[in-house]
Amino acid sequence: MNTVVAQLQRQFQDYLVSLYQQGFLDNQFTELRKLQDEGTPDFVAEVVSLFFDDCSKLINSMSRSLERPENVDFKQVDSGVHQLKGSSSSVGARRVKNVCISFKECCDVQNREGCLRCLQQVDYEYKMLKTKLQDLFNLEQQIVQAGGAIPQVNIN
Amino acid sequence: MGMVTESQFHVLAVDDSLFDRKMIERLLQKSSCQVTTVDSGSKALEFLGLRESNESDDPNAPSSSPVTHQEVEINLIITDYCMPGMTGYDLLKRVKESAAFKSIPVVIMSSENVPARISRCLEEGAEEFFLKPVKLADLTKLKPHMMKTKLKKESENPAKEDNAVLKPEIREEEPSVIEILPLHQEVEQEPMLSNNKRKAMEEVISTDRSRPKYNDITTLV
Repeated sequence: MNTVVAQLQRQFQDYLVSLYQQGFLDNQFTELRKLQDEGTPDFVAEVVSLFFDDCSKLINSMSRSLERPENVDFKQVDSGVHQLKGSSSSVGARRVKNVCISFKECCDVQNREGCLRCLQQVDYEYKMLKTKLQDLFNLEQQIVQAGGAIPQVNIN
Repeated sequence: MGMVTESQFHVLAVDDSLFDRKMIERLLQKSSCQVTTVDSGSKALEFLGLRESNESDDPNAPSSSPVTHQEVEINLIITDYCMPGMTGYDLLKRVKESAAFKSIPVVIMSSENVPARISRCLEEGAEEFFLKPVKLADLTKLKPHMMKTKLKKESENPAKEDNAVLKPEIREEEPSVIEILPLHQEVEQEPMLSNNKRKAMEEVISTDRSRPKYNDITTLV
């Protein structure tokens, strides 16, 4: 029995559980992991990467729409928030999704200041999650390289 | 284990978001379906072989009937509701209005829970309405709908091979369709449209040509 692998697996498990406990991830991330198998070992990483790309693009365009106080395109912002909410929800990015909910409320009442705050928060949250998941994927890689299998983690 | 691709269900998935297309594609593959994804309702119609305009007798039409356009066999269409241009609802209507394709079950997905929207879609003939994010468990509801079209086709083509996915309940000689009970049926979500469905299924057109093989996923963007 390879104790290095066992150690890494333990680390991976603890880290993943902590991400759920701290509210970064929710049940939908578990659903996402179910879709990955030996035939598609990079599925989660790919989807997550797509999501972060979307975040970056949408945040940039919404930022431009919110830029001039006298000429805010709330329709565009609303569309961006809608997309972000949808994809964060699909990925299980709980904190990002929650910010989007507040963001939508600000947008609905055309509160530019509120929108700007939410925009900043969403930017912060997605970047934070990106770092966390990168660490998680690195652990996964180490396990695989050491010849081990990625543990099935059950979240209660 | 050798996958008999000819007997797999083939689903056409429609969504304007690349992210969502990737998700639904994987979900369907994981449920042992062959998937073709397109990014709009009009591309979906194109794929099916339906012209944009009314396909009733048009002397200037390039080919005769919709039958010759149907080169692919689709067992189910799953579409997002909110799409620019043609919405999922519009697509649903077009499919249900088409003689050749109205028997194909259509499922609508939406990230918004709007009861009026849901009932409108179901009334228009959608088999299911899924709230996003769609889960693997949701897709188990699709099998019974897809089975109906497949068995109907196979009962009209006795030479074809058996369905490898589920054991067929119909012998070739039987003209009627046996209702297969789904695994996880949520009764509230499904109005009893069985009469309309049966009627629609009589008009399924099947051909003797061998079905084209799709070795991999076709993604049209």
